[in-house]
Amino acid sequence: MNPLPHTALAAPVITTQPPQIDYALLAPLLVVFAAGVIGVLVEAFVPRPRRRAVQFTLAALALVAAFVLTVVRVALLPAGGAGLTVASASIAVDRPTLFFQGTILVMAIASLLLIAEHRHGESAFAAQAATVPGSEEERAHVLAGSQHTEVYPLVLFAVLGMLMFPASNDFLTMFIALEVMSLPLYLLCGLARRRRLFSQEAAVKYFLLGAFSSAFFLFGIAMVYGYAGSVNFAVIHDTVAAGGAGALPGGGPLLLLGIALVGVGLLFKVGAVPFHSWKPDVYQGAPTPITALMASGTLVAAFGALLRVFYVAFGGSVAEWRPMMWVVAVLTMVLAAVVAVTQRDIKRLLAYSSVVHAGFVLTAVVAASAEGLAGAMFYLAAYGFTTVGAFAVVTLVRVHEGGAESGDIASWAGLGRTSPVLAGSLALFLLAFAGIPLTSGFIGKFAVFEAAVSAGATPLVVVGVLSSAVTAFFYVRIIVLMFFAEPAEARPRVLRPGRLTGAVIGVGVVATLVLGVFPGPVLDRLSPAPGAGTAEAQSVPGGFATTADLFANR
Amino acid sequence: MLSYLAAEPHAVTAAADGVVHSTAWLMIAYPLAGAAVLLLGGRRTNAWGHWLAVAMSLAAFVWAALSLVQLLGLDPAERSRSVHVYEWLTAGSLTIDINLLIDPLSITFALLITGVGSLIHIYSVGYMAEDPGRRRFFGYLNLFVAAMLVLVLADNFVLLFLGWEGVGLASYLLIGFWQHKPSAAVAAKKAFLINRVGDMGLLIAIMLMFGTFGTLAYAPVFASADAAGSAVTTVIGLLLLLGACGKSAQLPLQAWLLDAMEGPTPVSALIHAATMVTAGVYLIVRSGPIFEAAPTAQLVVTIVGAATLLAGAVIGCAKDDIKKALAGSTMSQIGYMTLAAGLGPIGYAAAIAHLVTHGFFKAGLFLGAGSVMHGMNDEVDMRRYGGLRTAMPVTFATFGIGYLAIIGFPFLSGWWTKEGIIEAAFASGGVTGQVLGWAALLGAGLTAFYMSRVMFMTFFGERRWAADAHPHESPRSMTLPMVVLAVGSVALGAVLVYGYRFALFLEPAVGAAEHHEFSLATLLTSWTSLTALAFMVAGVAFAWVRYARAPVPRTAPRGSFVTVAARNELYGNTLNEELFMRPGQALTAAAVSFDEKVVDGVVDGVARGVRDSSEGLRRMQTGFARSYALSMLFGAAVVVALLGVNLV
Repeated sequence: MNPLPHTALAAPVITTQPPQIDYALLAPLLVVFAAGVIGVLVEAFVPRPRRRAVQFTLAALALVAAFVLTVVRVALLPAGGAGLTVASASIAVDRPTLFFQGTILVMAIASLLLIAEHRHGESAFAAQAATVPGSEEERAHVLAGSQHTEVYPLVLFAVLGMLMFPASNDFLTMFIALEVMSLPLYLLCGLARRRRLFSQEAAVKYFLLGAFSSAFFLFGIAMVYGYAGSVNFAVIHDTVAAGGAGALPGGGPLLLLGIALVGVGLLFKVGAVPFHSWKPDVYQGAPTPITALMASGTLVAAFGALLRVFYVAFGGSVAEWRPMMWVVAVLTMVLAAVVAVTQRDIKRLLAYSSVVHAGFVLTAVVAASAEGLAGAMFYLAAYGFTTVGAFAVVTLVRVHEGGAESGDIASWAGLGRTSPVLAGSLALFLLAFAGIPLTSGFIGKFAVFEAAVSAGATPLVVVGVLSSAVTAFFYVRIIVLMFFAEPAEARPRVLRPGRLTGAVIGVGVVATLVLGVFPGPVLDRLSPAPGAGTAEAQSVPGGFATTADLFANR
Repeated sequence: MLSYLAAEPHAVTAAADGVVHSTAWLMIAYPLAGAAVLLLGGRRTNAWGHWLAVAMSLAAFVWAALSLVQLLGLDPAERSRSVHVYEWLTAGSLTIDINLLIDPLSITFALLITGVGSLIHIYSVGYMAEDPGRRRFFGYLNLFVAAMLVLVLADNFVLLFLGWEGVGLASYLLIGFWQHKPSAAVAAKKAFLINRVGDMGLLIAIMLMFGTFGTLAYAPVFASADAAGSAVTTVIGLLLLLGACGKSAQLPLQAWLLDAMEGPTPVSALIHAATMVTAGVYLIVRSGPIFEAAPTAQLVVTIVGAATLLAGAVIGCAKDDIKKALAGSTMSQIGYMTLAAGLGPIGYAAAIAHLVTHGFFKAGLFLGAGSVMHGMNDEVDMRRYGGLRTAMPVTFATFGIGYLAIIGFPFLSGWWTKEGIIEAAFASGGVTGQVLGWAALLGAGLTAFYMSRVMFMTFFGERRWAADAHPHESPRSMTLPMVVLAVGSVALGAVLVYGYRFALFLEPAVGAAEHHEFSLATLLTSWTSLTALAFMVAGVAFAWVRYARAPVPRTAPRGSFVTVAARNELYGNTLNEELFMRPGQALTAAAVSFDEKVVDGVVDGVARGVRDSSEGLRRMQTGFARSYALSMLFGAAVVVALLGVNLV
């Protein structure tokens, strides 16, 4: 019967004044959004034969323009590492946002090149997705050379969601970003040209499980709102920092439940064990260029969001959520590495490898420090380049000319002799995954483990190093197979990389090497001034603000 | 911030570095790029690859020369500069910087490596003209130059080790360059194995230094060497010496050098005479402060040097293979340098000066030998030579100048620098000084004997050629480098030693030593100089009696037991085989069986365990969305429980 004792719940949701929006700060998102909408119109008005060229040009221009605008926005940020918020504080524009968005855009451009790759008029996508696999209509469409140019606007919308996801500054915006990102991806997953039933099955699974996890996420948001009376991260942070003062009396359990359920939603997106089971099936079933986009762009976006939620909104509850992250990180690193050992399909193997890498990044999340954030950001960028390159190689190894991809690892035996350059590139990517020095993977692992150690998570790092040893086993096994085994009898046909795929592989090789040999410039820019957000600062009561300050969103 | 490899910040002053020093890394980058292009470029680069290698080597030389000019423009006190190249890694409190050290010592080496290296590159264009693997050869040569420059320009022990291993690799690849010859493949393997022993010593020394000093940059390590206590510095010093023995073929790790002559002759000249084998001397001189804090280690260094200088000379007296005779001589000459390096500051300048002049005359001698072989269908047995002076006049003249230089003929390069070592040995005082000094003098006599033997058997006497031999002078590209090296063999000693010019130049890098007033008259009339001259004349005369006046048999006579022992390289190989190889083989057999039964058992067990659990876990991936959802629900329950713990 008593009125609620705090005022936050009573804050007006609708104001009479329209909010002030600084459109310049939102420009990259708007460009991608506009290009997506125009892409839909292109489908309606441009004649069929010219659509692909128009769509590709439009998408490429939009992504490049968005990237340029992202870089330009660095100049708009106030000095001293602070950030800005836009549109009633629903979007945060700060250094991590810009880094994540820039990385996502680069990954999206690389994936777009793979998506646009054509051979003999065939892309990686179904000629007409609505036809029943194996039917006469399907064959008619294949012979007629039909193609789904809707792929391009779908990708743009997915990228829009990815750009928003790590930039969201309140839970509702984040939820919308999550759905904007996921829905087009569900569709894209089902569009593989070959093994279509398999691809459609993957799409349905992804959709079902994605919806399931969204429900957790949304339910968690409700709990957190119940605790703090707001969905805004800064307000939630302040409420937590004030020890729940001004919150619902006895709201502690609500907050904890909220952290847990929101956490489940986000951990699903990054594919941490035990929320990873969709990854192998979806990565294997989806058209490989889309897999490349998911393994790089989506992973970066999801970790960006996870870091922002746990560092800013729940930055005051590090002590509460850290044990949970420990357990998830250990499970992820150990179980995924073990299961990967017996994988026989290259795409499934790379999927499990992506799960293990998510575990490594989680060790940096556990650190809850400036170093952790910098390490995670470097790791994600480095891993993104390498994984896009690796999937680009996968698209080239076919059962026969014009056939399906040859995913069976056993059939890759002796590839090093027949296609030394391609096999050499893949070997480099695999060595980077394994974290061998002078590749970007080593520096990334070093950065996240170093952050975890200085935050006192040494046992976690020991587990991580052991897990790396297990993963090195299966990466090196592929290299041995490619270079030292006799070629298999049913030798796959290696396509000559087209200009687009070749460019992606080349960029992957260069980035993997450069970030491994000259990581200094990048690492320096990611690391904030020494002293900020160290483990010591957190042990000071009330000093939790440091993790939130890393994002400087207030 | 801890910085494990960076030198003290005061040395890193990028603004004041000037253009050449701040881009010193280019010196390494040129040959490295050359190696990359040649080795990765494939057959496309066959046509012009060797000229690219020559150009890259010359570019590095020009850069080294410009660095020297800039260094000379500085105040002597400021001539030790640590140049920041880039920061490799910063993660939390750990910073790993890549810095290069530009000081008189490193620049001297850089000039020697790139200068002699460029000449040998040019020579190889002619020497390897017909070889199908020419591109690969030049790729390896460039790789060697780059690695050697890393070794000498490093400003910390980690980078030095990187270069150290790099030259080891290049040496291995080049000794075994003609891998189709089993003897070359075996020689490469032998060199590699013996060098591993030395490398292990260096590596342990580096770890020990890190444990003791907490850093591996030269400046802080050397600054605190005194404070570490003589026990630690002695151990470090002896381990460094072990490393140096491996690389420089000093006793007891000398056995690989003679076999290494299986490599192409330009390689023998560059790597196994002029530059790489002197890396051990560089290491000892560079680590001077550590040895100065450990007199016992210094004493061992001098003993090793003296023993090797005599052993090498004795081996050189008996070998009939011209390259092996020269290789014995290399061992012996490096023994001189090691001896001097063990004497402390009074010996450093003498050691390095001899190293530089030796680089010239020994490279010249090897190139001369290569020229002779080139003209004699790759014959290496000196008993099949004879009377070549008329057939190959340029080779004869340049080889002759190198010969006079090495035996210490007055006023030629070798005389100036060897004299410095002998004088320093006696000046070190005490019984040790006397013993070392007389060993050096005796060595001078032996040098004169075995080099005269080579000279007389090759260029004088009757023609003992094989029936199909048609000796001819080598092409211009080969003779030109020989002429340049001969000029160096004549003049360089005087340029360096006269007025202690070189010693004063080196002072900022190796520390000051006392010099009395320089006077040519004293130098000429000192008893050491006169005794050395007498020993030399005796050696030459004895050789003349044995090999010029008496006919040389075409097959080697049985000889006395000393000759037989020397021919067998003083039984160094037998010793290695009995002491290390056979016990090593037994140990290997035991280790293999242990490995198979115990280690493999454990490893296989672990692997099987992982695989079995993998299979088990794989079954959880059923492919059914419902079971995935269930596992998510289970996971969510775990996550909620883990956060719920906070309420308890």
